[in-house]
Amino acid sequence: MNVAVCVKQIPDPATPGSLGSDHTLNRDSKLILDDSDAYGVEMALRLVEAAGGGEVTLVSMAPNSEVSGLRTGLAMGAHKAILVSDPVLKGSDALGTAKVLAAAIKRGNPDLVIAATESTDGYTGTTPVQIAELLGFPSVTFAKKVTIEGSSVKVERQTEAGYDDVACSLPALITVTAGVVEVRYPSFKGIMAAKGKPLEELKVADLGIDAGSVGWAGAGQQIASVTAAEARQGGEIIEDDGEGHLKIVAFLEQLKVI
Amino acid sequence: MPISKIWVVAEAADGKVTTSTLELLTWARATGATVEAVIADDGAKVAAELGAFGATTVHATGDLGGSLPGAPTAGAIAAAVAGGAPDLILLSQSYDGRDIAGRLSVKLDRTVLTNAVGLEVEGDNVVAEHAAFGGAKIVKATFTGPGPYIVVVRPKSFTAESAGAAAAAVSALSVPDLGATNGATVTQRHVEEHTGPKLDEASLVVSGGRGLGEAAKYSMIEDLAKALRGAPGASRAIVDAGWVPYAYQVGQTGKTVKPDVYIACGISGATQHMVGMKGAKNIIAINKDKEAPIFGIADLGIVGDVHKVLPKLLEALQSR
Repeated sequence: MNVAVCVKQIPDPATPGSLGSDHTLNRDSKLILDDSDAYGVEMALRLVEAAGGGEVTLVSMAPNSEVSGLRTGLAMGAHKAILVSDPVLKGSDALGTAKVLAAAIKRGNPDLVIAATESTDGYTGTTPVQIAELLGFPSVTFAKKVTIEGSSVKVERQTEAGYDDVACSLPALITVTAGVVEVRYPSFKGIMAAKGKPLEELKVADLGIDAGSVGWAGAGQQIASVTAAEARQGGEIIEDDGEGHLKIVAFLEQLKVI
Repeated sequence: MPISKIWVVAEAADGKVTTSTLELLTWARATGATVEAVIADDGAKVAAELGAFGATTVHATGDLGGSLPGAPTAGAIAAAVAGGAPDLILLSQSYDGRDIAGRLSVKLDRTVLTNAVGLEVEGDNVVAEHAAFGGAKIVKATFTGPGPYIVVVRPKSFTAESAGAAAAAVSALSVPDLGATNGATVTQRHVEEHTGPKLDEASLVVSGGRGLGEAAKYSMIEDLAKALRGAPGASRAIVDAGWVPYAYQVGQTGKTVKPDVYIACGISGATQHMVGMKGAKNIIAINKDKEAPIFGIADLGIVGDVHKVLPKLLEALQSR
C-alpha cells in the first residue's frame, strides 16, 4: 500500500501575509507545513500501518528549495519526499500546480493520493480534484473516515445533510477534512531520522512538462487589482462584572430577536 | 466575444433547488442573453423552479445511479461544450460544485476561479472578486486566454430573486464513458437530524471557539443557539481539534454566514474566521482577552469568561 500525500509549505498563518508587487504571495519568510496537510500525512501513515506495509511519499511544490515543512512530515513518519522547485513555477495557478504535482505523483505509481480539502493560504480548493482528473483517478473529497478494503477505499464523506458512505476503486484520490484524525507530534527520534530520509528535488524539465504550461506563462488568470476591504467599526466593549449577560439580553431585545 | 451565454451548474436536494443555485441564476439572467442550467439529476423535477429564476433550458443527465456527481457531471458538461460552448460556467462553492469545477477545468484545460464573492463583466472578460488575508484585502482576478470561463461562487454572494418566468425546457445531457474516473459510488446516505435552521441560512448564529476549553462545553453553544432559534457554528480551531464536524465551520475554509445576529463565544477572531462572518448585520462577542481582534468588529463586546457569561445568559433567556 503506497500513499502519496500532497503537502503545501506556507507562510506561518500567525504572521500577517502580504502580496508582492506582482500580486503573488510573499513567501520569503520561513515556510511551515500547512496544518491542514498534517491530517493527510497522519491518515496516510495509519493506512499504511493498517495495510501492514508500504510507503508514504510527500509531494510538494515550492520556490527556493524550501524543505522545512517536508521535514516536519518526514519527522512524523513519512518515508520520503519529492519537492518540485523551479523559478519557472512562480505565478502558477491551481491548474498549473495540479499539472506539476500530478506528474511528480505519477512517478511513484501510488495506490492512493491524499490531499487536504484546501490550503490555508490560497484556499482555491480545486487542485486535488484537478490532480485526480490528470491522473485518471476517481476521487472522493471531504473524507471524514477512510478505510481500505481489498482493492477499494471506503470513505465517509461529509455532506450538507450529514455524511455519505462512498466506495471507490483504487487507485484513487481523497481529500480529508481537518480534525478527522489526531495528528501525532514528531518525536525526537523522528526528527533525527527525518534528516536522513530521501528528499528528491526536481525541476519542471525533469517531469517532462512544458515550462510554458505552468508559472506565469501557463496561468489562465491574472490579478486585476488588490484593494483594502471596507473596515467594520467596533462598537461598545464592556468588562463583564457578573452582569455582562444582561447587556446581551438588552441588545437582543433592541434587535427584536427576543 | 461578449459574455452572452451562461450556464449555471445547478444542485438540488430532495427535488428542491439549492439557494446558492438560485442566487447564481439571478445574477446570470441580469448579465447574459441566454441562461441555461445543467443538473446531474432528473430535470423534470426542477424545471419549474430553475425556469422561474431565469433558466430557459435545463440540461439534465438524469439519475446518476449513485455515482458521486463530480466526474460524471464534468464529463457531461465537457462533452456538451464541444457542441456549443457557453461563455461562462458558474458553479456553487459546495461539496459537489468544487468537484465538478476541478474535473471540468482539466477536461477543458481552462483555469477556474473559486471563492468568488462578487462578479462583473468587463468587456469580453469576467472579473471575479475574492477575499484574501481573512477579508482584509479584496482581490479582483480576470481570465487570460479563451473561454469558457469557469467561476465557483460562494453562497450568499448574490440575492436570489424569482423572475416568475416559465418552466425551463428539459434537454437530455448524456454522460460519456469515463472509465476509472467514475469509480466513486455512494452506497448509503446518512442524514444527521438537525433541529433548527441550517447554518448558512439561519438569521442568528452562535459560534464557539477554543475559549470553550473542551469539546463537552460545546453543548453550551448548541443550547444557546436553540434558545434563540438559531444555528450553532464553530471556529476552525475547534473543528481542527475534532470537537465538531467540518460542516459547522464558519470562515475562509468553511461557510460564509450573513445572519442578522452573530454571537461569537470564546473566539479570538483569527482572520480565517472573520472572513466568514463579518458580513453579519450585528455581531456580539464574548472573549476573556480584551485585545482579541474579534472586538474590533463587534457591535457589542463582553470581555469575560464564556464559562460564566453563557450559563447566566441561557438562564436569563430561559426564564423569560
